[in-house]
Amino acid sequence: MIPARKPLPGRTKLAIRGLQMAFRTEESEVRVLEDLDLDVREGELVCILGPSGCGKSTLLNIVAGFLAPSSGSVKIDGEEVRGPDPRRIFVFQERGVFPWLTVEGNIGFGLGRLARAEREKRIGHYVRLVGLEGFEKAYPHELSGGMKQRVEVARALAVDPDMLYLDEPFGALDSITRLEMRRELLRIWQTEQKTILFVTHDIEESVQLADRVVVLSARPARIRRIVEIDLPHPRDLSSRRYLELRDGILEEIGLAHKI
Amino acid sequence: MTLRQRLESILLPIAAAMSLVAFWAAAVRWSGTTVFPSPAAVARGIAELARKGLLLPYIRDSLLRVAAGYGGALAAGIPLGVFLGWHPAAARAANPVIQFLRPISPLAWIPVAIVLFGVKNMAAVFLIFLASLFPILVSAMNGVRGVSAMHRQAGRNFGLSRPALLARVVFPAALPEILTGLRIALGIAWIVVVAAEMIAVNSGLGYLVIDSRNAGKRYDLVVAAMLLIGVIGLVLNLLVQRVSRLRAVRWGFREETP
Amino acid sequence: MNDSAAQAGRHGATGFHWLLPFAGIVSLLIMWDLALRFSNVPLVPGPLAVARAIVELAQKGFLVKHVVASLFRVTWGYLLAVSVGVPLGILLAWYRRGGLALAPLVEIVRPISALAWIPLAILWFGVGDLSSVFIIFVASVFPLTVAAMSAVAGVSTTHWNAGRNFGLSARQIARRVLLPAILPRLLVGLRLALGIAWLVVVAAEMIAVDSGLGFLIIDARNAGNRYDLVVAGMVLIGTIGLALDASMRRIEGLRALRWSYAAAEEAA
Repeated sequence: MIPARKPLPGRTKLAIRGLQMAFRTEESEVRVLEDLDLDVREGELVCILGPSGCGKSTLLNIVAGFLAPSSGSVKIDGEEVRGPDPRRIFVFQERGVFPWLTVEGNIGFGLGRLARAEREKRIGHYVRLVGLEGFEKAYPHELSGGMKQRVEVARALAVDPDMLYLDEPFGALDSITRLEMRRELLRIWQTEQKTILFVTHDIEESVQLADRVVVLSARPARIRRIVEIDLPHPRDLSSRRYLELRDGILEEIGLAHKI
Repeated sequence: MTLRQRLESILLPIAAAMSLVAFWAAAVRWSGTTVFPSPAAVARGIAELARKGLLLPYIRDSLLRVAAGYGGALAAGIPLGVFLGWHPAAARAANPVIQFLRPISPLAWIPVAIVLFGVKNMAAVFLIFLASLFPILVSAMNGVRGVSAMHRQAGRNFGLSRPALLARVVFPAALPEILTGLRIALGIAWIVVVAAEMIAVNSGLGYLVIDSRNAGKRYDLVVAAMLLIGVIGLVLNLLVQRVSRLRAVRWGFREETP
Repeated sequence: MNDSAAQAGRHGATGFHWLLPFAGIVSLLIMWDLALRFSNVPLVPGPLAVARAIVELAQKGFLVKHVVASLFRVTWGYLLAVSVGVPLGILLAWYRRGGLALAPLVEIVRPISALAWIPLAILWFGVGDLSSVFIIFVASVFPLTVAAMSAVAGVSTTHWNAGRNFGLSARQIARRVLLPAILPRLLVGLRLALGIAWLVVVAAEMIAVDSGLGFLIIDARNAGNRYDLVVAGMVLIGTIGLALDASMRRIEGLRALRWSYAAAEEAA
């Protein structure tokens, strides 16, 4: 049993200060994010939790550099984020996989600068890491949703980024596959030791995966609470502490847990 | 496809064609027409063309003109379409011009073509070029515009420069739609070559249609030429369809959701 | 994901979205005029000459006459093609074996251009309006058949099964599931076929007697190299073609039919 990963007094990897985001339409201004401050430490797995449409994907897109915030700062390793960067790879849902490339082609997409032998070695390693041996030459349209998601994760990992951003990556998968994928993600995270930001609307998912859960309010989104998940891995989904933490978040969001 | 389905897809059309031919032959005999050819007469007409050494050269000339005009449309239309798709402002400016020129029949351009190139091959090739240009241009433009933002973002995430993004993400993603435009354009090119040949030149299948009638009411050759035009058109279409079945682009043509 | 929203934010109001297309047309006209001034092509007219030619036609009363004549022929040929091609296409798609047998034959006749039918048209119908209408019919009927076939093929199996689940007979399914379901796609096919019919009007009117925009183009050149009238005819054809296309698009956009595009976007 791996003891709980206490937040190390380690380096701050990501620092968000005073983040605001508003979209201007013809007549009005829609404020999506308001006054966000957040620190993420190196090697942490942090979940951003909120209802659909609250702006959590917008937040992730800003952190990843695809959007510019209205005001506030996002710094990684002390440097201001100015645009997308191969050191921090965004993992979309399985539709993000490139349909015109094989599994190998996708995983090797960011590896153009390596020598051929090195490239093939890396691709092979990540194919095995995500459990897709035998499918190297397959095209995405020949694969299931879960397999496509794994290709995308492998593609992201292959360039050895420091940070991974995942935007509801398992949303389109069935619930059984989702559980398997969560286990895979945790395994990979523990092997590769990346810093991970994970956006979800699924409370259970956040408690199963994260070191800390950042609970966002509805739009305009502010941070309601940051919940520390002090459960060791592998997490027992029927343990009392797990249920306590989960119910605590449910209550925070204002939901009863009897249907 | 099961064996039975494959057999059916081959035998049924043949059966239908044969009954159509039989019906045609009967209709000719029953109506007692002296002008409209029977199937046998058409077959003899084709043989006669072959004997005179005209069949293959005419087919070849028509195909060559298509190749020239279509090739030119490819070379001009794809880069231009990709450019317009990549720069939406340019597309908005060019769009009304395109939408306006598109419905103008290639035939209406004939006088312009003749003024520019004279009554020669180039006029026909120019017409084919014009007619094929628009489907290719529009499909390239729409294909590039339709590339999902997700894929473009992923490309930027991996640090691709703009030219690399275009070459490695946008163009492959747009390829299925471009291929559809290519198929449509090829069909149009084949139709237009025949029309263009009726007006401007003196060889080729289109010329054959008009000349056979004008030079002696040889309706057997007219119908023979029409059949040849139809069959070659079908073959061209099948060829392009095969290209869209290649594994690297097949993903864009699936109708069912996974 | 929200690039365009951010861009809209950056560029402010979108009230000037008509400016660019307008600028595009104006620059085309200017380029046309300049190209003529600097080159030596003797016969190709400039934009002003064409505009004057259009006015001339209107003054002499020919404008309306030619436009109406062309629209008349296209309407007849197109409507005939719709009444033959659409049911035929639906039948070919509904009866699988019929489709397998006849679809290849349709594919052979389809590439034969309208012009190539002229000798047969003259043989069967003589010179005149009937031949023109026949040419337009022939040009539109095959694309329409194919469009109807593909619209039927595109009806999702889920919808077929729902119809059967509710105990509908074959005829009821055809009426209450098939026809509504194919309508959006069919309309797109109808619009494209209308474009083809309009495109072919020039070819069709080569055998017309004395009216129509296609006739105008051919006659203006033959009877005196009036290239200004030729281009005027082209401009008119282009404009009316645009108008026809835009009207069809409006029909496609009706609320009752918009479900298809929403579904397509959801699936995307």
